[in-house]
Amino acid sequence: MTATFASPPRSLRLMPWGAGFVRRLLLRHVVAVAFVVALIAVVLAPIVSLIVIALGGDAAIWRHLAAYVLPSALAQTIGLLLGVAVITTIAGVGTAWLVTAYRFPLRDTLAWLLPLPLAIPTYIVAYIYADLLDAAGPVQSGLRAAFGWRTPHDYWFPEIRSLGGAIFVMGFVLYPYVYFSARAMFQMQSASLTEVARTLGATPWRLARHVALPLARPALAVGLSLALMETLNDIGASEYLGVRTLTISIYTTWLNRGDLPAAAQIACVMLIVVMALIALERYGRGNRRFFVSERQPRLVVPMTLARGAGWAASAACALPVIIGFVIPAGFLLHEVLRRGLLVGFDPDLLRHTVSTITLSAAATVIAIALGLGVAVCVRLVRRPFMAALLTLAGIGYAVPGTVLALGLLSPLVAVDDAINTGARMLGLAGPGLIVAGSGAALVIAYVVRFLTISTGSMQAGLGRVSTHIDDAARTLGARSQELVRRVHMPLLRPALGGAALLVFVDCLKELPATLMLRPLNVETLPTYIYQFATRGSFEEGALAALLIVAVGVLPIIKMVRYADLDIGGARRRSSSAA
Amino acid sequence: MPCLRARALTSMAALFAVAGASLVMGGHALAAEEVNVYSYREAKLIAPLFAAFTKETGIKVNVISASSGLEQRIKTEGANSPADVLLTVDIARLQDAVKAGITAPLKSETIDKIVPAQYRDPNGHWTGISMRARVLYVSKDRVKQDAFTYEELADPKWKGKICLRSGQHPYNNALFAAYVVHHGEAEAEKWLTGLKANLAQKPSGGDREVARDILAGKCDIGLGNSYYWALMHDKDADKKAWADATKVILPTFKDGGTHVNLSGVVLAKHAPNKATAIKLIEWLVGDTAQHLYADTNYEYPVKAGITVNATIAGYGTLKADTAPLAKIADQKKTAANLVDKVGFDN
Repeated sequence: MTATFASPPRSLRLMPWGAGFVRRLLLRHVVAVAFVVALIAVVLAPIVSLIVIALGGDAAIWRHLAAYVLPSALAQTIGLLLGVAVITTIAGVGTAWLVTAYRFPLRDTLAWLLPLPLAIPTYIVAYIYADLLDAAGPVQSGLRAAFGWRTPHDYWFPEIRSLGGAIFVMGFVLYPYVYFSARAMFQMQSASLTEVARTLGATPWRLARHVALPLARPALAVGLSLALMETLNDIGASEYLGVRTLTISIYTTWLNRGDLPAAAQIACVMLIVVMALIALERYGRGNRRFFVSERQPRLVVPMTLARGAGWAASAACALPVIIGFVIPAGFLLHEVLRRGLLVGFDPDLLRHTVSTITLSAAATVIAIALGLGVAVCVRLVRRPFMAALLTLAGIGYAVPGTVLALGLLSPLVAVDDAINTGARMLGLAGPGLIVAGSGAALVIAYVVRFLTISTGSMQAGLGRVSTHIDDAARTLGARSQELVRRVHMPLLRPALGGAALLVFVDCLKELPATLMLRPLNVETLPTYIYQFATRGSFEEGALAALLIVAVGVLPIIKMVRYADLDIGGARRRSSSAA
Repeated sequence: MPCLRARALTSMAALFAVAGASLVMGGHALAAEEVNVYSYREAKLIAPLFAAFTKETGIKVNVISASSGLEQRIKTEGANSPADVLLTVDIARLQDAVKAGITAPLKSETIDKIVPAQYRDPNGHWTGISMRARVLYVSKDRVKQDAFTYEELADPKWKGKICLRSGQHPYNNALFAAYVVHHGEAEAEKWLTGLKANLAQKPSGGDREVARDILAGKCDIGLGNSYYWALMHDKDADKKAWADATKVILPTFKDGGTHVNLSGVVLAKHAPNKATAIKLIEWLVGDTAQHLYADTNYEYPVKAGITVNATIAGYGTLKADTAPLAKIADQKKTAANLVDKVGFDN
């Protein structure tokens, strides 16, 4: 894939404008188109094998599902998605707008604390809150002691193991996806629009609602769809908190009915619905495009808030951090100290940490390179079908990890079988499963699964840059490669950094596909924790969970600083160019 | 695009580095004598067992553990699969493996001699290693009764008193399937409806949370696996209070005994290390392993004459249900459908 990508520049040279332009444009961009198509073929391989599995079954299961399972599973899934959408949007967009548009106490610290909930796996946070908030937990025990209640039947307390509890947990863990994309967008917005609105007397609320938000919509759609797909595909937290989602139904159908084809059928239907929703959002956004002004990319100057309002803003930004990060991380730290996990340090953990980082880093580099390549190709070709292909490249995220891993296995083994047959024809010993049975399988699975984060961020990032800039560069004689290197790349930096971080942290936390595909004797930190969690004592994995947090937090902080600095840099560069 | 080219090269290099590193980490093609185990039991928990095996025999054990999909993985990996042995914690998984065509018959006099006939496949495709019982955790203070039947859990006198995890969880699914074997589908549906009506809350959490909820006073009776209570009681200072609030009762079917499920093994059809695999399986039903199963995992050993752990023995004498396990596995699907039908988890 990458090799194809390395050779195109010459053929991508600027065409003289003239008759038959479109035809020649496509011809000229044959390498770009071929690259995207080849990548899509790889990404679609597990989906195709999933469809093959689905076709191997009959439709008998659907009558049962339609009568007893789907109505409640659909209701619960929709309720969960709506709830998580509301929390992630309010927490993500609200905090991103506050830290971008205003100056208030602790703003800079909060700006890098806000993404941290991403560093803790969702199901761990679910366990932690169930532990803290259920009837036997410290909160309710404390209340009973304080008010003299004897049993949980004497008073009302919100049930954490419920749909509401799941919305709470997932909303406050997943809002950083929205925060990231919204902040990147707000940061790049031209100040002129905001200033015009302010001059015209727009209240802060109207400014946010009628200017900033519509401008941020494409990025918001990316962040929100990531958070919602993450919610949709969750198994651990939903199951533990007693929410029966569609994904859980897929799981039960597969495991308890031993009916893999039927499970694949449900997964396919779910996939169609997800793709339809994404397409609908695109359609709803229509052809509206918002560009950063190419002439004066002056950025929004934060306004200083009055003292009271300032502290209110600090509190509003601190709340999601406390719920999504401080409390869970504090709980884990407490468990580590209390259980002496540091003293009785499991030496294997070091090896698992190295495996986790190596696999995640490799997948991140590949996913970002491919995402950048795709986004640039789409940009160079500038045809609607390319944008559609781009959406298709993100399909891996819309399938539950276990299902994706199952689908990926057959194509990988097919490659291995071909290698083994080839080796035997050459008279060599077959090397066995060198793709499906090695870390390569995991890296490929991560890339397929998280590619959409990379392509989505890149596309949103490039989408903000007016195509007039490309045209101007072309007129000045820039070749495609120069255009990409000198114009697109610098403008893409914040998006690039954000995407790399999200992909890396997601790989660090990935559990279901890793469980299914990892080679013999290889554990990652999440699979290490999981073996304690399945035995009902996830606390024994607290140190490993904290290691995930530690490994994830460093790049998060670095990336936030990097993106911020770079906006300053972009500003300096563009002003010196003018 | 020199920058991109460099990136592409870096990516390729990284891919190969990881692939290479993982092969070394996996290392399953290098050691002299080894055996590859795909396990439904968590790698960390069986590590002491395999360490003892390696110490005794010099054979290296490589492990992958997962909670689902291992039969599927072995099946898809096909002739080149490195799997030698599949270790399960549920009888249905053993049957699934046989149905998937990934097993080879175990021809071993040692196994036939040690493992009672009811705990191994008549055709030799699987053998049990250890057992766990599906028992009741009941409140010490609020429940005075000392003997229970499973049937009785649907009695309206326990309305609002019962807690358990999802009805679709394999542990509950197997118990419900056993109920179908004993009483037929129609009776099982009635029973599940009654049991559902007695629940204090929507099924959620795991088996330990049942004890926790009883301690908190949310409910009085819960279903859990036999080893969880002992682990809380003996091994987890934090959760001792949960165990102390409850006592364990071994319930029985009216016309049978206590429902047990089987941990077992199969030999993979394309096992590259067949000889060492059989050695491992024979070792697993031998004295050393059986004692370890009893004492570190709190399971009931499958070999006669091995003493069960003292805490487990404290539950009373296990009178295991005699309904054939293979038949129970066949009713899994029916049980799963009934759980959906009565809206057990809703």
